[in-house]
Amino acid sequence: MKLDTLSRAIGEWLRGTGPESDIVMSSRVRLARNVAHYPFVSRASETERGEIEQFLREQVAVSPAGGGLEYIDVGHLEEVDRQFLVERQLISREHAEAEGARGVAIDGREQVSLMINEEDHLRIQCMHSGLDLAGAFEQIRRVDERIEEVVPYAFHPRWGYLTACPTNVGTGIRVSVMLHLPALVITRQIDKVFRSLHKIHLAVRGLYGEGSQATGDFYQISNQTTLGKTEEDLISQVGDVVPVLIEYERKARDYLIKETELNIHDQVSRAIGILRTAQTISAEETMQHLSRVRMGVFLGLLGDVKISDINALLVRTQPAHLQKLRGIELDSNDRNIERARYLRQYFENAETGGTSVN
Amino acid sequence: MKCQQCDKVAVFHITELEEGGVRELHLCEDHARGYLTQAEPVAGEPKSSTGGAISGPLSVSHTADELAALDQKQCSMCGITFFEFRNQGRLGCPHDYVQFEKELEPLISNIHGATEHVGRRPRRYPEGTESLTRAIGMRREMQQAVECEDYEHAGRLRDALRKIDETVRGSAGPPADAAGSQGGSGGGE
Repeated sequence: MKLDTLSRAIGEWLRGTGPESDIVMSSRVRLARNVAHYPFVSRASETERGEIEQFLREQVAVSPAGGGLEYIDVGHLEEVDRQFLVERQLISREHAEAEGARGVAIDGREQVSLMINEEDHLRIQCMHSGLDLAGAFEQIRRVDERIEEVVPYAFHPRWGYLTACPTNVGTGIRVSVMLHLPALVITRQIDKVFRSLHKIHLAVRGLYGEGSQATGDFYQISNQTTLGKTEEDLISQVGDVVPVLIEYERKARDYLIKETELNIHDQVSRAIGILRTAQTISAEETMQHLSRVRMGVFLGLLGDVKISDINALLVRTQPAHLQKLRGIELDSNDRNIERARYLRQYFENAETGGTSVN
Repeated sequence: MKCQQCDKVAVFHITELEEGGVRELHLCEDHARGYLTQAEPVAGEPKSSTGGAISGPLSVSHTADELAALDQKQCSMCGITFFEFRNQGRLGCPHDYVQFEKELEPLISNIHGATEHVGRRPRRYPEGTESLTRAIGMRREMQQAVECEDYEHAGRLRDALRKIDETVRGSAGPPADAAGSQGGSGGGE
């Protein structure tokens, strides 16, 4: 039901409309919260996990934040459906792979998601398109305050909001920005950038989840510490560095156009050529080419491709999305064939002025 | 126990708290000194993406005796021992932050470079929710009472837990009434 509706739409964060959206894909804020009168998830018995899930599901529903949220019982979903939610960034990989009672409440625009029984009892996430940390924080703050009216969040005057892992204690906030940095990758400056980010206590990860290798030149920058600073300061810690990275990336793009225009135009053209004509293609290769095409659009090298379409294709060519769209389970080989078919069809439609991916 | 890097006896037992969990190191004095005075954490890919950015050595060292005593410490509410926490890297319940406050302080200080929360505070329970954590202990006690077939005691605990549950639900009232008036979007589908 719900998931099929979702698979036809695209999330707000993929629209490619926010500020600086040529380089900043999305801005995300998440809060880790726990209920005071239950053990943390990893220590809770099966019965207790069930009670926590029920308590939070009911309380979120009756809270002023509950209106417009739809609840999905993740514990009873098929694997492909759980993977589907991971690909849309509505739940974490850990949440998908965990066991026992758990769920997620999401809003229709896919900006807000509330994971129940992840590592913490409640993980609230808010995601906006482009560079909009302030907007994402304002929204999540409201949701948090509304839930707080009916849920006793575990809190200690000295330690702040109490979390299962001491790395999240205090504000429980994780602020992250997803950046598309292809020119810094091509000009081999990306490692230098990461080293300097580590020095100022920021973490860097790839597009799909923690610890995974960055594919398609998408990188997520986030804060490492959560205690001893206000939420606003932690947001600035991430937010202040983003304009600098944007400027580096723009300079690298200018350089590529000025010094190697033929070469970069060739790379972008070959990328879209492969996407248009391939008969079988892996998710990784697709990401690489989509990344080049995305940059090509912003460099004015490809006229008629919509950026929201490229963003959507990044998600829709992921394994679970392909299987949901097709309506059957596919093995890796068949997925590669289906992915190529889907891409060819998209470009064919786009060129004949047909419907876009949205 | 032998040092993990040579044949000498391990006298230093170091707990590294990382994002993926806890790593234990058992080292002789020489290797421990070398390890603890390293400016950068041991080279390796996971470190470069997570712990590497945290300043200072991310560790607390203890002698074997201290460590053994510390490991025995147990939370009176959820029952987790400090040893279990060190192995899993996850705490058992909110009361652990009170029960293990002394032990956690240096760890938290190493992770965050701070030991005091300065951010937002909840409007409900701004003074903390420590009083509610007794429910965690009561639930364990109830389980034990059931196992011992002391149903009278278990029943009393169950009633007390229900009262706590009612009070914590706050201003919105019990879900049965409110869900009906709101059109009930809380179904499990």
